[in-house]
Amino acid sequence: MAKKQLVETTINGEPVEFLCEPRQSLLESLRDILGLTGSKEGCLTGDCGACTVLVDDRPVCSCLMLGVEARGKKITTVEGLAEGTKLHPLQQKFLEDASLQCGICTPGFLMSAKSLLDRNPNPTEAEIRYALAGNLCRCTGYDKIVRAVMDAAKVIQAR
Amino acid sequence: MDTPQTHQFKVIGTRPVRHDGLDKVIGRAKYGADYSFPGMLYGKVLRSPYAHARIKSINAEKALRLPGVKAVVTHDDFAPQTTAPVYRMGGEAAVNPLYLASNILAKDKVLYAGQGVAAVAATSPHIAEEALGLIEVEYEPLPIVLDVLDAMKPGAPIINTTIRRKERPDEETNIAGEFQFKRGDIEAGFKSADIIVEREFRTEMVHQGYIEPPNALGIFSGDGHATVYTSTQGPFDVRIMSATLLGLPEGSVKVVPAEIGGGFGAKLTVHIEPVALLLSKHAGGRPVKMVMTRTEMMRGATGPTSGSVLRVRMGATRDGKIVAAKCWFAYEAGAFPGSPVWLGCFTGLSPYNIDNFLVDGYDVLVNKPKTSSYRAPGATNAAFAVECVVDELAQRCGMDPLDFRIKNASREGTPSVMGPKFPRIGCVEVCEALKRSAHYQTPLAQVPGKYRGRGVAIGFWINGGMQSSAIVNVHADGTASLVTGSVDIGGSRASTAMVVAEVLGLRAEDVRPAVADTDSIGYTDGTGGSRVAFATGLAAYQAANDVVRQLKERAAKIWEISPEDVDWIDGKAVSKRNGVAPLTLKDLAPRLTRTGGPVTGRANVYATGVGPSFAGCLVDLEIDPDTAKVQVLRCTVVQDVGKAIHPSYVEGQMQGGTVQGLGWALNEEYVYDEKGNLRNASFLDYRMPTCLDLPMIDPVMVEVANPGHPLGVRGVGEVSIVPPPAAVANAVSAAVGTRITDLPISPPRLYRILAARHG
Repeated sequence: MAKKQLVETTINGEPVEFLCEPRQSLLESLRDILGLTGSKEGCLTGDCGACTVLVDDRPVCSCLMLGVEARGKKITTVEGLAEGTKLHPLQQKFLEDASLQCGICTPGFLMSAKSLLDRNPNPTEAEIRYALAGNLCRCTGYDKIVRAVMDAAKVIQAR
Repeated sequence: MDTPQTHQFKVIGTRPVRHDGLDKVIGRAKYGADYSFPGMLYGKVLRSPYAHARIKSINAEKALRLPGVKAVVTHDDFAPQTTAPVYRMGGEAAVNPLYLASNILAKDKVLYAGQGVAAVAATSPHIAEEALGLIEVEYEPLPIVLDVLDAMKPGAPIINTTIRRKERPDEETNIAGEFQFKRGDIEAGFKSADIIVEREFRTEMVHQGYIEPPNALGIFSGDGHATVYTSTQGPFDVRIMSATLLGLPEGSVKVVPAEIGGGFGAKLTVHIEPVALLLSKHAGGRPVKMVMTRTEMMRGATGPTSGSVLRVRMGATRDGKIVAAKCWFAYEAGAFPGSPVWLGCFTGLSPYNIDNFLVDGYDVLVNKPKTSSYRAPGATNAAFAVECVVDELAQRCGMDPLDFRIKNASREGTPSVMGPKFPRIGCVEVCEALKRSAHYQTPLAQVPGKYRGRGVAIGFWINGGMQSSAIVNVHADGTASLVTGSVDIGGSRASTAMVVAEVLGLRAEDVRPAVADTDSIGYTDGTGGSRVAFATGLAAYQAANDVVRQLKERAAKIWEISPEDVDWIDGKAVSKRNGVAPLTLKDLAPRLTRTGGPVTGRANVYATGVGPSFAGCLVDLEIDPDTAKVQVLRCTVVQDVGKAIHPSYVEGQMQGGTVQGLGWALNEEYVYDEKGNLRNASFLDYRMPTCLDLPMIDPVMVEVANPGHPLGVRGVGEVSIVPPPAAVANAVSAAVGTRITDLPISPPRLYRILAARHG
């Protein structure tokens, strides 16, 4: 076992230091070392998107990135999406539109959708479906998820 | 009369934000894998590389010497098991404990690639994984059989040498179960038919595809008690099964249900819970957490649902009356008995009133994983075959496919396939709503250079009732809490809390629902069979009415009248005797202390009065002639939902089930090599629908109140998966002009059909 490495990074706006083995993924580091269990494990092969976090504002499957690669990066997880108790419009619309059933894929969808709306605040349905194609949901059939993203986009545009 | 259709509800039928929603959008909700304890170890399972082999020896010495490894266990560490059935308290499905234990950790022989052989606990998941590579297992490979028809032939490799057919007690066989339903005179029926259609269909194994890997955290304490944290649909099932496998009294195991990330039936049984407990026991009581990998669960450690061969012959008169039906269904059980073939036999013909039929079903062992439940288990396979033949019959009769179905539809009083007559059901209403839909009323436009087609199908599911418990506590601030034992897999905390709010005259958000562990609530059957909103909802309804009874007593005390002189009307205690102002729960709650103490309502039910469900699916699709890729253009799902408590979550069930059915139709299948290795054991290669593959799914709710429930509720969870494969196959058949008989209708398969027909 290689020696543990010190990783200095920024998570949800705050500077964070942690120790991890070189073989530990960012997902494992977040969940098992830092206790940020909002990012979910679905496949560990980058196919389901449940572990999606933003790395320097880009969506990344945290199961495919090593913890040590977080050095000097800006990481945003689902725990950092709301501002205190003020929910992000995506979170609010996911609740109002009943866009989750079991909820295990929700953190990943929220982060992928945030990344989309940050880049494109007025996406078409097709653009939403394209941006979320890397996130699997087995409960909803996606209908109410796509609608929530459309509705959140309207809220953001109205600001 | 005040019926569920005419009653003006205040809460039921509205769409409040679910109580557990906030935690799920901020990442705070705790799923099984999110639990951790000090000193916790991590467990991993070594799995068989062979589809059929004798285990000659297992040597764990090297693994145990690896620093950080704390325990290695095998089948022999379970308490000795027999084949004597253990009945879950629901009594619905007996469990064979020897098969259950052997499926989790193999005894003497491995029967499919991916079956557990040994398990390790270590201080990190990485060390546990390293240790798996150090366990030496000597195998003697045996001949394998993968195809269901091959497995039924004489001379096939035998998977379980103790199994016999009733009429042939001396012959070894892979046919582990046989089922038959019949009515009338099948020969005479076919003689009276003007048109007969006969086809053979094939489907492959498919996986439930829940996103959350099965997990378990077991703690074996020194005093003989054990606790399991797990994402399960059936905490009480986990309790009895884990206790049985460890040789513990049932009551000494506590199961704490975590949030669950999908299950669709697969998480109604144990997969690794007893192993986590066993490892904890052998590691001095340290907590052991186990999380399966995606490959493990796909290879079969958790059970997909059956592939099948389905032969259907149906006859109709020229004017469109079905007069005879003969079905022959063979379902893969996997390596242990127990496919849902009997449910396929029962459900396939249920939408229709047919005087003469014969249905034969076979539960067949193959060297593939033991199947487990998947949403309306068994029904989708059977409906695929029956609904394709019905479609062809309608076409040959020159009738509209929905008119043909309405003409033959089961109604109230029609005897079901099993015999008992249907209560009020919504089969006709579903077909009529499909016909009326804007989708059906709009013809599908053809475009040059593409094949386009429209298809329709209907489906039936029996739904479940069984046992549930509920407790309602009244708080001094005039709110209430609801405690049940039903794991919430898709919004049931919201719907059951809404039932309580309706009865008590509260807002939905004033009733806090909680799911309790197995020590803290009465026995409750699993979250499955579309039973929670119905049966646990019934328990919640009765518990709330138990609160009402007590509140009436308290009001009587305050008013100094007899409790019989108090009514409960629209959420208020009303005196029948004098003109005092009514008292709401909010008025009474602060006065409970001085009128006798706290108020708790309780109910335990064995819910009968189950209302069966029907659904219909209408789909338009387009086929690219160059790639044979099928694109779904438009999809409508109609379902009889009885009474929708929270319509958004009812729609969600309809949409989600439909999309699972579309995946089953178009892409999902287990692909095996000749050695019995699954070749697509990942979400990349096992191709479930993404949102880019789909249009919006239009849900149409039909409310035919279930007479067996005080609010008219029917289960809504499962039936929507049943019609889509047939609807898609009928649409593709219409588009390409050739009857599609095999699932999935994936590009390689469809390309061959297109090449043969169109060059």
